[in-house]
Amino acid sequence: MTGEEILKMTAAELGRKIKTGELSSEQVTAAYIDAIKAEDGKYNSYITVCDDAAAQAKEIDEKIRSGELTGPLAGVPIAVKDNICTKGILTTCASRMLSNFVPPYDATVVKKLKDAGMVILGKTNMDEFAMGSTTETSYFGPTVNPCGTNKVPGGSSGGSAASVAADLAPISLGSDTGGSIRQPASFCGVTGLKPTYGTVSRYGLVAFASSLDQIGPIGKSAEDCALLYDIICGEDTKDQSSVSYDGVNVENVTGFDVSGKKIGIPEEYFGEGIDEDVKARVMEAVKSFEAKGAVVETFKMPIMEYAIPTYYIIACAEACSNLSRYDGVKYGYRPEGVDNLMDLYIKSRSEGFGMEVKRRIMLGNFVLSSGYYDAYYNKALQAKALIKKAFDEAFEKYDVVIGPVAPTTALTAGESLSDPLKMYLGDICTVLINIVGIPAVSVPCGNDKNGMPVGMQIIGKHYDEETILGFAANYQRG
Amino acid sequence: MTDYEMVIGLEVHCELSTASKIFCSCSTKFGGAPNTHVCEVCSGMPGTLPTLNRQVVEFAVKAGLALNCDITRKNKFDRKNYFYPDLPKAYQISQLYYPICRNGHVDIKTSAGMKSIGIHEIHMEEDAGKLVHDPLSGKTMVDFNRCGVPLIEIVSEPDFRSAEEVTAYLEKLRDTLQYLGVSDCKMQEGSMRADVNLSVRPRGQKEFGTRTEMKNIASLKAIARAIEYECERQIDVIEAGDKVVQETRRWDDEKEYTYAMRSKEDAQDYKYFPDPDLMPIEISEEYIEKVRSEIPELADAKRTRYVEELGLPEYDADIITGSTTLVKVFETTCEICGAPKDASNWVMTDLLKLCNDSHITPEDISFRFESLGEIIKMVNDGKINRKTGREVFARVFADNVDPAQYVEENGLAQVSDLSAIEPAIKEVLANNEKAVSEYLAGAEKNFQFLIGQSMRSLKGKADPQAVRSALQKLLDEMR
Repeated sequence: MTGEEILKMTAAELGRKIKTGELSSEQVTAAYIDAIKAEDGKYNSYITVCDDAAAQAKEIDEKIRSGELTGPLAGVPIAVKDNICTKGILTTCASRMLSNFVPPYDATVVKKLKDAGMVILGKTNMDEFAMGSTTETSYFGPTVNPCGTNKVPGGSSGGSAASVAADLAPISLGSDTGGSIRQPASFCGVTGLKPTYGTVSRYGLVAFASSLDQIGPIGKSAEDCALLYDIICGEDTKDQSSVSYDGVNVENVTGFDVSGKKIGIPEEYFGEGIDEDVKARVMEAVKSFEAKGAVVETFKMPIMEYAIPTYYIIACAEACSNLSRYDGVKYGYRPEGVDNLMDLYIKSRSEGFGMEVKRRIMLGNFVLSSGYYDAYYNKALQAKALIKKAFDEAFEKYDVVIGPVAPTTALTAGESLSDPLKMYLGDICTVLINIVGIPAVSVPCGNDKNGMPVGMQIIGKHYDEETILGFAANYQRG
Repeated sequence: MTDYEMVIGLEVHCELSTASKIFCSCSTKFGGAPNTHVCEVCSGMPGTLPTLNRQVVEFAVKAGLALNCDITRKNKFDRKNYFYPDLPKAYQISQLYYPICRNGHVDIKTSAGMKSIGIHEIHMEEDAGKLVHDPLSGKTMVDFNRCGVPLIEIVSEPDFRSAEEVTAYLEKLRDTLQYLGVSDCKMQEGSMRADVNLSVRPRGQKEFGTRTEMKNIASLKAIARAIEYECERQIDVIEAGDKVVQETRRWDDEKEYTYAMRSKEDAQDYKYFPDPDLMPIEISEEYIEKVRSEIPELADAKRTRYVEELGLPEYDADIITGSTTLVKVFETTCEICGAPKDASNWVMTDLLKLCNDSHITPEDISFRFESLGEIIKMVNDGKINRKTGREVFARVFADNVDPAQYVEENGLAQVSDLSAIEPAIKEVLANNEKAVSEYLAGAEKNFQFLIGQSMRSLKGKADPQAVRSALQKLLDEMR
């Protein structure tokens, strides 16, 4: 089999071929490492490529041969977002602040990948500390969208989505706080799952907004996402927000039948500010489900108006506290020529953090400060309760809710950095899902007039990944 | 001159004596080499998360019940955000909005009688690390060993009106927490630390004056001195027509004065908010009752029982119940020798004297507690005499020897059988003919002399009663 054929395969196919011995993990890994070396100069989707990938693959091949490893993705390589801690491997969060940080421990998900026999290819580029939706705020330079080189790949998991889209990884891990898996998956034309909050351990995920962050898979198909999700999910004693959860039945996902299922279409998801091509592609996809016997109904979700302020207040409040530990004392960036403690704090943080991170730290400090707490943070928590209620009511009627992932297709590089508010508004369709903690999958559903991919978002009930991935797999089956 | 009264409220931090830290499994042991009780969690590495040690909740509930508090059924942790190098996450996980215990009280005994001091709340939190300044290099090092050691902060109502009340309260708190086994409350090791909020007002005035806060004073005596000083200082300020400034002051125990550290204007905004990494803790009625059932007999109840049921003098009961170690020694001793009064006499005289002579506190004694009861039993059974018993106890205290074995090996057992005593006495009588004849002639006092000679010849090991009756018998035979 040629390298090119290997790179075009899904993770599930690779896993099957490795299992039968038709391919070895070493072969597959070598094909990817070669491709990364040859092609990633164009995309900058990786921050770190693992030197030991070939050695990992060799070891895993032996374990597969001896029967010790039998999982569906054993031997398959994977790219991991650079805010997920990997023992002995640089984990930078794409920030100058952590540009030299090598964690002394593995995140729980990384342990699970290793236990499942997956080969870690490298660490992918992202918006600094996962704050942004373009992967342009990285200290290591922007990632380029493989579908259009003057376009951003989305963010913050831009590197994870671009690496899969460019065939530089068969599958990857991203993290999603307000759309950071779904939106780049949509912009790059790949499939991404933001799981139910609590089903995947956050231990070892460098925190941005603790109550919203979830790790999830990005892949070439819903089946791949289901397989990887099944590996990384499950309760973790090291993460008290994690819950007991059995995962999905992948056969139920791949053989999913949509007939008789009820789809809710929130009007606001197709309202003002949503690109016409995006609306058209998503509605075509919905029609295809209807043609297969699904029941489609529109409904109103006026609470969506409060999505952006609610999200940014909660996320920034948690972020400003989570990022306080980067003070130049223990690890990470430390400036030269510091005279006293205050100087150390000010210089470390002024020089170590980029603009967007500083902006959110300031916003967070503002909304938590005494005298403003009730007006902002407490109000946001009240709005959160209302948003939850709106989705609870919707799911009393519908099996899934479908809308676009983002109001537009991929933006032109450099466009949004100068206008942060515009960038924040681009999160309108995704942030609600994190606020409620429910799962949603981003599925490519055609292109706009410029040939850029459009993503459909399939939203489900808590713990109902099987249904939303089933819809996605059903759509991809055609 | 106006008559002033002081108004004091206390915030007392106690380290809980759990084996591991509040949010990770590192040891809480005091005094390890710097940064040896540290992991990725308590050093605040990126990506780590806290997992709550349930024993902390149990200890806090236990303390709250013993201090007559209401227990909060739905608990949450909050983050207190501030920058300092000894705080690796730059926030302390604490409880602001829903502290675990509220509305308690403690009854204290003062020279003016009993008084009830209100407990406003008790909350759980994590301790910070320690900065070590090296004067040689001019560098400051951070030791994270103490980081994440569980604390409870006990916040009193402003109910104190004298240093005496404060001291009595702190002693009571210490006794109670030690009896519960939830904290060792060693002020010198920093496992109990008190912040004193103090204001003065003209006696009879309802409104409080402006208060100052004195932090982390290291001993009960120093707290009493600091209170007296700060009260005088505030009165002087007011009498001079000035206003007391709300500020944090530090007590310098050597120079005996307080000085300003920071004023209210520099007060930090801690930006408290609920910690999203920790889930709310629900505490059920059953759980509370289970913890309540595990509360042991506390100092007051013990003291009463010792006096009323065991017949100990009040003074003895006070001293013994003032230390959980003395209580353990005393109760173990009673159990073995079955003689509470003897047990208390030995504890009060011999044990405390030995502690005193070797400059240690009862908490530091290292012998097997059963030993003392075994010695008293040997004395009461006539196996050894009181004097020998005292010698054996000295060796037990110093080297933790086994009393029975020591008596055996050193031939210290009392001689009480006549076949051993009589030949020795006969020899004494033969060697002291003059004293014997004088006695027989009516010099009764010589009897005592002959006893002494006989005891000496038996090397003090003989049962004095047995010697006395044998001597009497032999002398009577000579009449």
